[in-house]
Amino acid sequence: MALRIGCAAAPGQSPENKTGSWRVFRPSYDHEKCTGCGMCQLVCPEGCVHPHSNEKKYDPDLDFCKGCGLCAIECPVAAITMIKEEK
Amino acid sequence: MKAILEGSHAAAEAARLCRPDVVSAYPITPQTHIVERLAEMVADEELDAEYICVESEFSALSACLGASAAGSRVYSATSSQGLLLMAEVCFNVSGMRQPIVMSIANRAVGAPLSIWNDMQDSISLRDCGWIQLYAEDAQEVHDFHYIAYKVAEDHQVLLPVFVCFDGFILSHTYEPVDIPTQAEVDAFLPPYKPYNMLDAKNPLSMGMYATPEYYMEFRYEHDKAMARSADIIRKVGKEFGQKFGRDYSNLVESYHLDDAEVAIVAMGSISGTIKDAIDEMRADGKKVGLLRIITYRPFPAEDIAKALKGIKKVGVFEKNLSVGARMKGCVGYEVKDAINDSSVSVLSYVGGLGGRDVTISDIKKMVSEIEAGRGDCFLGLRQELI
Repeated sequence: MALRIGCAAAPGQSPENKTGSWRVFRPSYDHEKCTGCGMCQLVCPEGCVHPHSNEKKYDPDLDFCKGCGLCAIECPVAAITMIKEEK
Repeated sequence: MKAILEGSHAAAEAARLCRPDVVSAYPITPQTHIVERLAEMVADEELDAEYICVESEFSALSACLGASAAGSRVYSATSSQGLLLMAEVCFNVSGMRQPIVMSIANRAVGAPLSIWNDMQDSISLRDCGWIQLYAEDAQEVHDFHYIAYKVAEDHQVLLPVFVCFDGFILSHTYEPVDIPTQAEVDAFLPPYKPYNMLDAKNPLSMGMYATPEYYMEFRYEHDKAMARSADIIRKVGKEFGQKFGRDYSNLVESYHLDDAEVAIVAMGSISGTIKDAIDEMRADGKKVGLLRIITYRPFPAEDIAKALKGIKKVGVFEKNLSVGARMKGCVGYEVKDAINDSSVSVLSYVGGLGGRDVTISDIKKMVSEIEAGRGDCFLGLRQELI
């Protein structure tokens, strides 16, 4: 993204801001354990959990997941584990 | 046309002739007469502008920022606590690169409450990213507004400007002021062409969120624009001189510096008193000169170094106090840095705070202190009170 004087931007630019860079812990989804209940998508405060291809399974969008861990805590079958990000 | 005007009205007349689309301000002593006069002009249809009445300075500058973002030429004015209440918005205006011009009738900052003059208000906002010009007399107060708009709106600059002048000393005293005609001003200052503006047909947000990957580059660009403004001020000041006969192509003014052994550095109206003191001292054989800083931001370091070259004793008269700083005043440090020569003595003298009168004899005393190498202190304290 080129700089524009005064940090001006057209609408719809917020997806440029990849808030996933803030993350300390990354959620890892186990699709074997997942029952497809959709609780993770429902509780995600960023709205960045999306259905995984055509199956009734889910994946986080790591460009925007801030690693809050709410999905891991709420998952009824403990299919999500939080893993520390290493740079 | 020459008129006898108080400094406040010299500012208001210039603001009117610059044809602002929007004026928003909140009255505060000693700025009040400026905005009172502009409100009259709008009410009497002498000025075709929207005058937005607000409940505070924070709102005044916020209204100005919105109006400027919407593509208007905008004017405001304030002093002291009013400017400090605007502080947050000042950073937003400059960061969004909106070319607002605001007059500052310089006043002390409380507590203790003081309505009188010093430069603590605008110098406290040194780092807010606005260009800062300091006028010596009512004519400069008037002329600097034309130059301010033309520099601010240059697409190489796009920065807001404080036109600073000493409260009461300039704002409330009457002097002859040469006022150009509207046609002359229009020929010098064309209608405002915004670089970016809010437009429903072409939506845009300004001052957007910048992540750590972008923020520093925006600050870098802001600083580059300020650096570029120095040459634009010189160019516009020269053009003003060609059109109106008063040249402002220098960011500093030199007075008897050529053969000076002692130099005083100062800003604003005190320079008049210092020039009178220099005339008296020169009649007594003392080789003293004055360097007046006109643009405090951008800081004209090279111009200062050049003007003071070869002078070994320099004293900076400061109408501000940086509490806890070794030199006491803010300006001295940058003058010292500009000279950057350990064989030169550069000392600060804080004086005239809260409206304390500064006389010719005070300046002569300051010169003897500079000669003795004593400084980085207050000047003119009442010893019986401390």
